[in-house]
Amino acid sequence: MRIVLIKRAEHSRLMTGLSPVIAVALTMLSAALLFAIAGHDAGLALYKFFIEPMTDLWSLQELLVKAVPLVLIACGLSICYLSNNWNIGAEGQFVMGALAGSVLPVLFPAFDNGLTLPLMLLFGAAGGALYALVPAVLKIRFNTNEILVSLMLVYVANLTLDYLVRGPWRDPAGFNFPETALFSASAMLPTIGDGRLSVSLYAAIAVAILLSLLLARTLKGFEIRVLGESPRAGSFAGFSQKRMTVFAFMVSGGLAGLAGIMEVAGSLGQLQPTISPGYGFTAIIVAFLGRLNPLAIVVAGFVLALSYIGGESVQASMGISDKIASVVQGMLLFFVLACDTLILYRIKLQFGQTAKGGHAHV
Amino acid sequence: MFEAILLTVITAATPLLLAAIGELVVERSGVLNLGVEGMMIMGAVTGFAVANLTGSGTLGILGAIGAGMALSALFGFLVLVLVTNQVATGLALTLLGLGLSGLIGEAFIGVPGLKLEKLDLPFLSDLPFVGPVIFGQDPIVYMSVAIVIAVAYALARTRAGLVLRAVGDNHASAHALGLSVLKVRFLAVLFGGGCAGLAGGYMSLAYTPQWVENMTAGRGWIALALVVFASWLPWRVVIGAYLFGAVTVLTFHAQAVGAGVPSQLLSSLPYLATIVVLVLISSNRRLTLVNTPACLGKPFVPDR
Repeated sequence: MRIVLIKRAEHSRLMTGLSPVIAVALTMLSAALLFAIAGHDAGLALYKFFIEPMTDLWSLQELLVKAVPLVLIACGLSICYLSNNWNIGAEGQFVMGALAGSVLPVLFPAFDNGLTLPLMLLFGAAGGALYALVPAVLKIRFNTNEILVSLMLVYVANLTLDYLVRGPWRDPAGFNFPETALFSASAMLPTIGDGRLSVSLYAAIAVAILLSLLLARTLKGFEIRVLGESPRAGSFAGFSQKRMTVFAFMVSGGLAGLAGIMEVAGSLGQLQPTISPGYGFTAIIVAFLGRLNPLAIVVAGFVLALSYIGGESVQASMGISDKIASVVQGMLLFFVLACDTLILYRIKLQFGQTAKGGHAHV
Repeated sequence: MFEAILLTVITAATPLLLAAIGELVVERSGVLNLGVEGMMIMGAVTGFAVANLTGSGTLGILGAIGAGMALSALFGFLVLVLVTNQVATGLALTLLGLGLSGLIGEAFIGVPGLKLEKLDLPFLSDLPFVGPVIFGQDPIVYMSVAIVIAVAYALARTRAGLVLRAVGDNHASAHALGLSVLKVRFLAVLFGGGCAGLAGGYMSLAYTPQWVENMTAGRGWIALALVVFASWLPWRVVIGAYLFGAVTVLTFHAQAVGAGVPSQLLSSLPYLATIVVLVLISSNRRLTLVNTPACLGKPFVPDR
């Protein structure tokens, strides 16, 4: 049996909408298989993982708390990936944004007024954007591979955070715990209701809408897509690839940084040695599951947030390791990529060697 | 003192060397596999688990190689057969590998590991300096040297190497000549996976014989950078790997001395060094463009 790809004359519209759904379904099937192999009741585990988190108000709220940073980061990444710039260091930009944004409440706690929060958010976005500028500038100036540079900077950012919370930024009154002092009320985002969900939810939705308008309705959006799909055509149109690299990295870095400071000023309330359960990497999956479309990314962010909560849920109720969450996330990206093939190609299975008298096509 | 440092440099360099030489072959065939980190960590956990359950280091090594190859086969299927985006698929491989290894390894956290025996030749291993450095290493170190020599020879002197380079430099012509582009690439990807798995196995069976989550700590990514550093030439991979091994060891020693430098700064040195090296090499266009496989990262769909 062999698999033959037949190029479609046009993108399949049906498959464009259907492929992420098929991918999620295949991921659930594989997860069920995994649960069964590990000797658990697969049906029950699937229910606990994918359905139960959506059935009560508390976990729905936790879902949104996790979805917000994912959506913010993934929206920025979509601009990068559409324009063929491979920023995979959003995790580092998230951390750097959180650090830059925390400068005010940690080092200048006396500066405590209505301006604190807006400035923190501004610093956060700027910190992330500047950190993302490093791989962008190295790419356009020295032709350096942006994938590797942005990834290396993730390790550097995490080590910087670790150094600060254990060293100079540690709360002097904190019994030697590696944490900064708790932020004051005016350095915290207002919450929605009385839980952990903050108004960052509105920011995520606004960003998704704005970016989808940018992509669909503006010249910049056209430029992003042209340079991504055909750099040569883009050059003929007078678009600059280098400027686009800087733009894409700064937008995605800025949004990752904003997500970082919103996470700290929204749900954590202080800096800790680890402030992200891999949001920057999971957001890559969110971006692809959302097919690089900001509005679809909102839905995709919810799905990936579900994997975090689902992992906690099966651990708490069935004793399955919550590490299953990252396995499910990894499988999901595989299936998403595999299913996207259906958009451009028809897949035909040929049985037997080759048709008699025909040529062998490999 | 010098002998002891050289020994630790060899230990630190070997996983980088193995992973990088494997990726070099993959990239020479025109495929960019960013999943080295994922294959390495799966090699590490599988090697540890197999060695621990069977009590055999040899089986552990084989398990590590097998795990790397299995993951790379998955990558190969997606990238070559389903023509998915190579960058994204490689990332997926890394994310899956990190997740899966965490899940598998949970049972082995804190379990004492099995350290590979070092070579002990009756007279030779006892020689001063030469003995421990040349005749007293564990088997994987010798394997890494053998693999580099074999790859360097094969790429430059054999028909197989010529075919591999042809496929990587111009897949359309190679296809027209009747070479099976996809088959060559798939084999190259498998080879790269095996090497990355072995590199991971070295981490958990020789470097630090235990299982720690994320224990490869970005070495797979550094290996990818080394291939660029080496401008796709096997011998330069050796230089790069040993250079980075030296940097790693240096940071350990500096940490021991202390001297007021934050340990986090020292730990970030290998990553910063990678960036510096990438800048230095990439800005020299003459150096990079000569050997960069022309079809690197480009998908190939055979016409009908």
